[in-house]
Amino acid sequence: MSRAVAIRPFPGLRAWWTMLVICLEERLAYRGDFVLGTAMRFLPIVTQVFLWTAVFAATTRSDIAGYSRTDIVAYYLLTMVTRAFSSMPGLAGGIARSVRDGSIKKYLVQPVDYVSFLLAARIAHKLVYYAVAFVPFAVVFFLCRGYFPPMPDTATIGAFTVSLVLSFLLGFFMEATLGMLGFWFLEVSSIIFAYMLVQYLLSGHMFPLDMLAGVPTGVAGVSVADVVRWLPFEYTAYFPAAVWLGKIRGAELVRSLAIEAAWVAVMAVACRVAWWRGTRRYSAFGG
Amino acid sequence: MDRYLSIFLTFARACLVRDMTFRANFVLECLTSMGWMSMNLAFYLLVFQFTPEIGKGTGWTREPFFAFVATGLIINSIVQALFMPSAEELTEMVRTGGLDGVLVQPLDAQFLLSMHRVDFSSFANGIVGVGLLGWALSRMDHAPPAAAWLLYPLLILCGVAILYSLVIMLAAATILLGRNQSLYDFWFYLTNFSRYPAEIYAGPWGGPLRALCTFVIPILLVVNVPARVIALPLEGQAWGLVWLVVTAAIVSLVVSRIVFQTALAKYRSASS
Repeated sequence: MSRAVAIRPFPGLRAWWTMLVICLEERLAYRGDFVLGTAMRFLPIVTQVFLWTAVFAATTRSDIAGYSRTDIVAYYLLTMVTRAFSSMPGLAGGIARSVRDGSIKKYLVQPVDYVSFLLAARIAHKLVYYAVAFVPFAVVFFLCRGYFPPMPDTATIGAFTVSLVLSFLLGFFMEATLGMLGFWFLEVSSIIFAYMLVQYLLSGHMFPLDMLAGVPTGVAGVSVADVVRWLPFEYTAYFPAAVWLGKIRGAELVRSLAIEAAWVAVMAVACRVAWWRGTRRYSAFGG
Repeated sequence: MDRYLSIFLTFARACLVRDMTFRANFVLECLTSMGWMSMNLAFYLLVFQFTPEIGKGTGWTREPFFAFVATGLIINSIVQALFMPSAEELTEMVRTGGLDGVLVQPLDAQFLLSMHRVDFSSFANGIVGVGLLGWALSRMDHAPPAAAWLLYPLLILCGVAILYSLVIMLAAATILLGRNQSLYDFWFYLTNFSRYPAEIYAGPWGGPLRALCTFVIPILLVVNVPARVIALPLEGQAWGLVWLVVTAAIVSLVVSRIVFQTALAKYRSASS
């Protein structure tokens, strides 16, 4: 008994490692599909680059909402990096499906924490993705290096890195919480789709959110951009990109990072509460 | 042919009955689909806050551009309703061996695999597209000539045929890869090129890309040609594009058929 304890001093860590290895193997089982999916993600950015080039060609403006043509191209490229951290394809739908088809019950009887398992699986997913996507990302960024401003200072790079890690956690807990709505609603695909719509629009994935500064809300002195700033979505695409481009600096940067961390904490608690309350009302029949 | 039409109508009827059994879900699907479209329209309206035109001297000012967007909505809604649901099911059928059951049916496999499901909620976007087209055309300086009105439905059909061929070739890729969860993503990313006027693809990188997406994968012809015919003056170059899109549609259908049959010949059953 004491021998076993000596060999496995960190049983929790071993469980995490095992979960990570299983998920890595699962991700690499269908390599062709995975590589194809990774490469394809670069295609929308191409159309956006040409679209904004055409927009700037037809206008006399030198910048739009503080973004020059090169800034906008750099912004879209940087949001790709951000989305590589914060997007969680299949997470919410997978949780809801396992609630619906009953496969979630195995996590209720096994000594494995479901949320931790999902987090380990997602980290594995991301690690494989970065390993595969590193080369195309490096090639695209090298080819487009002329669009980027000079390299930011160390503090900005540090803030950018922190914002990326937080965006991963925020994206994970938001989607996991959404998936756990499956405990209350049998079919959540429409809710997930509606969430994706809102997320796509308000995260800054579609365009820099600064462009909303001139769009009124109906309340005097308050623009749509002012409202969006207080929501969690912008931290999953806009915020890290804007940090790298130097659009957010100083006290505003610190305040925004604090808001992002607060949103991570709120969504992590929401995810836990949803899991506890959901598993209490969950019932399964048969084998 | 009558037999296939009758079978397709039976499939469509069954899908409609299924959709109407879950009416609330059907309405929700229509609304979410229209939500996506509204979001894109809002983005385009935002873009036109900053520029009078997409590309200098291209003619794609606000109203013609919205006619372009409307044409895209109509074509995509037809493809999304008639072909995409079946193609998406194919990914799991290949992996689980369900494809075997289709191959032993006394019917053409391509027909069965690409047209056995109809998603009626996808037509919602098409209906909005027709409304948007009417709005855009009514606000333009010039009315489309009679020839444009006659050509427009034919060119829409050609666009649908090109996209259908693309769906079939992606389905063939599914059969060869064994699994293709990225099918829908691939479709979305590739059709993304057809969402904007071809004129935006200019310059040292844009020129070759435009040629590639016109002559190799004719995705740029899908929306551009019908939209150009209805929204911009019908002049010399437009007639050349009309012939090009008709030819591209026929060639795409033939090539996709050959590719699909070749992929089927290489299919190895996954079932026991």
